[in-house]
Amino acid sequence: MFFINGQIPISSLLGMAMLVTACSQTPKGFDNDPFESVNRKTHEFNKLIDKNFIAPASAGYRSLVPDLVENSLTNFAGNLSLPGKVVNNVLQLDLKSAGKNTARFVVNSSVGLLGIFDLATSFGFYENNTDFGQTLHRWGLTEGAYIELPLFGASNFRDGVGQFVDMTLLDPSSYVLNEPITTYRSVASVSALLQARQIYGDQIDAVLYESADSYAQNRLIYLQRRRFQLKDESNEVYIDPYSE
Amino acid sequence: MNNHFHPRRFIVFGIMAALFAEPAFAISKGKAIELVERLVGEISLMINSVETEMELTSTFERIVAKYADMNVISRSTLGPRARGATESELKTFKKAFQGYFARKYSKQFQGFAGSQIILKDTKDRGKFFEVGASIVVDGSSNIDVNFRVSDRSGEPRFFDIILEGISLLSSERVEIGALLDKRQGDIGLLSKDIEELG
Repeated sequence: MFFINGQIPISSLLGMAMLVTACSQTPKGFDNDPFESVNRKTHEFNKLIDKNFIAPASAGYRSLVPDLVENSLTNFAGNLSLPGKVVNNVLQLDLKSAGKNTARFVVNSSVGLLGIFDLATSFGFYENNTDFGQTLHRWGLTEGAYIELPLFGASNFRDGVGQFVDMTLLDPSSYVLNEPITTYRSVASVSALLQARQIYGDQIDAVLYESADSYAQNRLIYLQRRRFQLKDESNEVYIDPYSE
Repeated sequence: MNNHFHPRRFIVFGIMAALFAEPAFAISKGKAIELVERLVGEISLMINSVETEMELTSTFERIVAKYADMNVISRSTLGPRARGATESELKTFKKAFQGYFARKYSKQFQGFAGSQIILKDTKDRGKFFEVGASIVVDGSSNIDVNFRVSDRSGEPRFFDIILEGISLLSSERVEIGALLDKRQGDIGLLSKDIEELG
């Protein structure tokens, strides 16, 4: 019986609440974008920042700094981000990847001279990239509404929260490191970003500056890539052009 | 009495035949894989032999015309507006779209000389087959490319390429949709304009 002495038991209330949430869960596809008008403004802002600061800085960086130094800085920043990835591997109960990333960290921090050289890759220890957004996905959270974050770009509710947690809570390096290493790390992270902007330059330019609706194209590519990366098959949408 | 026509034997034989005969779909699966094998062979030849960008584009357009279901792909990129279009509008658009598609995506194959394309598993997705492949660049990083193949237009052809999770068809639907919006749905004008794009 649901009603005992005219009262609704708490469990049925909970059940109703769960049913309501389940019904309002994110639809598949790419149209879960209730904040589109705000997102589009943020997108224009991000494009402005990219066009006037990041892209030119990246081109300048590329022409001034030798490849060897660029790679070393990127390696250094990447190495310090590994402990955070190990934490996420463990939270996902993916102990195999946790082991691989730990091995990478140990090898590159020692023989690789504080991570400046990526020797682990030559030994076959590739990075198992992960983040807290992926952890939340493993824990059963759906992606939620699409958001374009200022400066950080395309994301969704789950992965935006994940990114924030990764940066603030789940980064063992930031608890351990002191000056001047923290400053070196910040510099190296910016350098890594500038190098990445150059490496993926053609693809980024094609989406941001050559497509007819860069906002919609960027959203589509982000969501599909992310679902592919997370192997989120439940969310996979495919078009069947024969039944249109 | 002739043993060969014993009813019980006949039933057993029937069950055996049903168990071992290939289901109708399996023939299509083999054909889907065969199509992608030939396609990938031609792409490999292209990335390892073609030198100039113009040559690359024209070779890729020839491959696309041969293996892709361009009628269906081009029509799909127009979205719901395709329903209101005339046959000749769709035909003109298809031709223009095919050139645009070849110019745009042949660029993606630049810098892949020396890499190998290997076929992986094929998945039955209900109404079509998805043939998995991987571009192996210098043995270090792999790029996943899946081909979605259907024979619903009469013969096996691919209608979508999934590159690292990104569907070319859905990306082009967004692109062409936006271009068409800017032209108030004028498919004729779009056909003219995309000759310059890609």
